Amino acid sequence: MDDKLSQLYQQVVLDHNKTPRNFRVLDPADFESLGYNPLCGDKYKVFLNIDEHNIVTDISFIGDGCAISKASASMMTTFVKGKHIDEIEKLFHQFHDMAQGKLDPENDPNDLGRLKIFYGVRNLPARVKCATLCWHTLHAAIKGKEKVTTE
Amino acid sequence: MADLQESLKAVNKDKAERTDIERCREDFPILARKVHGKPLAFLDNAASSQMPDVVMHAYTDYHSRYHANVHRGVHLLSQEATSAMEQAREDIRELINAGSAKEIIFTSGATDAINLVMQSWGRANIGEGDEIIISTMEHHSNIVPWRMLCDEKGAVLKVIPISDEGVLDLDAYASMFSNRTKLVGIVYVSNTLGTINPVDEMTRIARAHDVAVLVDGAQAVSHLKVDVQQIDCDFFVTSGHKMYGPTGIGILYGKQELMEKMPPWRGGGDMILSVSFDEVIYNDLPYKFEAGTPHIAGAIGMGKAANYIKTVGYDAIHHKEQELLMYATEKLQAIDGLRIIGTSPEKSSVISFVVDGIHPHDIGTVLDLEGVAVRTGHHCTQPLMERLGIVATTRASMAMYNRKEEIDQLVTALHKATEIFR
Repeated sequence: MDDKLSQLYQQVVLDHNKTPRNFRVLDPADFESLGYNPLCGDKYKVFLNIDEHNIVTDISFIGDGCAISKASASMMTTFVKGKHIDEIEKLFHQFHDMAQGKLDPENDPNDLGRLKIFYGVRNLPARVKCATLCWHTLHAAIKGKEKVTTE
Repeated sequence: MADLQESLKAVNKDKAERTDIERCREDFPILARKVHGKPLAFLDNAASSQMPDVVMHAYTDYHSRYHANVHRGVHLLSQEATSAMEQAREDIRELINAGSAKEIIFTSGATDAINLVMQSWGRANIGEGDEIIISTMEHHSNIVPWRMLCDEKGAVLKVIPISDEGVLDLDAYASMFSNRTKLVGIVYVSNTLGTINPVDEMTRIARAHDVAVLVDGAQAVSHLKVDVQQIDCDFFVTSGHKMYGPTGIGILYGKQELMEKMPPWRGGGDMILSVSFDEVIYNDLPYKFEAGTPHIAGAIGMGKAANYIKTVGYDAIHHKEQELLMYATEKLQAIDGLRIIGTSPEKSSVISFVVDGIHPHDIGTVLDLEGVAVRTGHHCTQPLMERLGIVATTRASMAMYNRKEEIDQLVTALHKATEIFR
């Protein structure tokens, strides 16, 4: 397979696309937010419960979109569960920078762990927003906003 | 003998003036480029078609030899620019067989042209409770302006239904007219489905009810012979960059007697005969609707693109594109899990499709890395997507210069996509 292609569609990504984790409505949820990319029609809703110590106790998502956006959302939910919202805020910025090629996850300090797998989108400008959509949505949910768009 | 020589000359002249469609590809330098190390297969012509070098040369020629403003200067450059732009108007008039070059208004594109009609004719003629008919398969450019006008005036937007195959329900259309119907806005060729709508017949039906008709021809002019007088529509719009011309230029055709009665929309230079602070006397057609310095190079380029189409000839274009359409349809249908969206018997060389389990955006990326340029998404036809129960499609749209080898490249790349995602 082509280098860029195999970097983008790694087995883990394909797996999360096929069987997304935490793919359900969270009811009741403390926060929820709708993320929409009008360019491609990707649409996700992220649900969030945060306890009195600002720890994310539960997170889920529903919606529809391409493999990159869905896998990114799925992996995000598994990654941020149990984390403090300040830590998540930091991850949001790191993930964003990595997707845009401003942060090299192999050499620059970061806490992205297995989310490094999305470093491949930096080569494909049209796909950066697919990977970051769910993060923008989570960011907005934490900030108490209702709707975000990546356009 | 002299007669024979004369007729031979005529034959040779005809040959020289004709561009062989099999060799036309050489006229488009961009088609030789590689993307991601692969030969480019450009199958996104419905979004924007490429320009032949005659169009680009005309563009450069204006800038390097006679750049000046039009309709104003007494100096030579301005006169040359004016005459080149007016020649372009005439060349475009001829292509769509308008009765007069006065009926050709240069706009920034089809969208701009529809907005002109909405702002000028629409605001003067549509009132509260009036009805506008459009179809389910309209591009956003022929929905949003009318939605805006309806919201402003309290008018009603009525929508012609379609079948699952993407064919308009003409019986439903014929029964939608009332004494409040003022306008029909209909797309000639659907950018998403490729469906060619029977605009002649639809205009006849509207005429019988004394209703004005606007035909959106953005996807028509590069594929089929348009005759606005035969269609008998009141308005026809198209864009330069979807017919081998530059971006930023398009035209509105409107019937002269109708446009003479229409109020100007944009005010400014060039659209006036005289101005005082108390009174403005407007210019005649077509200038009444061309306020400000126009996109002169674009207009000249669009004129050359019109002439290029004429030299290749619509018969040759139609034959070649239908052959490509049939070939691509057959090859794509054979792919497991692929479903073609839009199967009207009357179709231009556009194929939208979905593949089980693979989002169009992912298909688009795989194809891109294989050198195949397609469009993925809702194609600015969200209500149509909703009607068809899909979010997005992948769309391959062919032009006169495409080859079967490029369809093969598309099919190979699609097999690669299905391998990755299954």
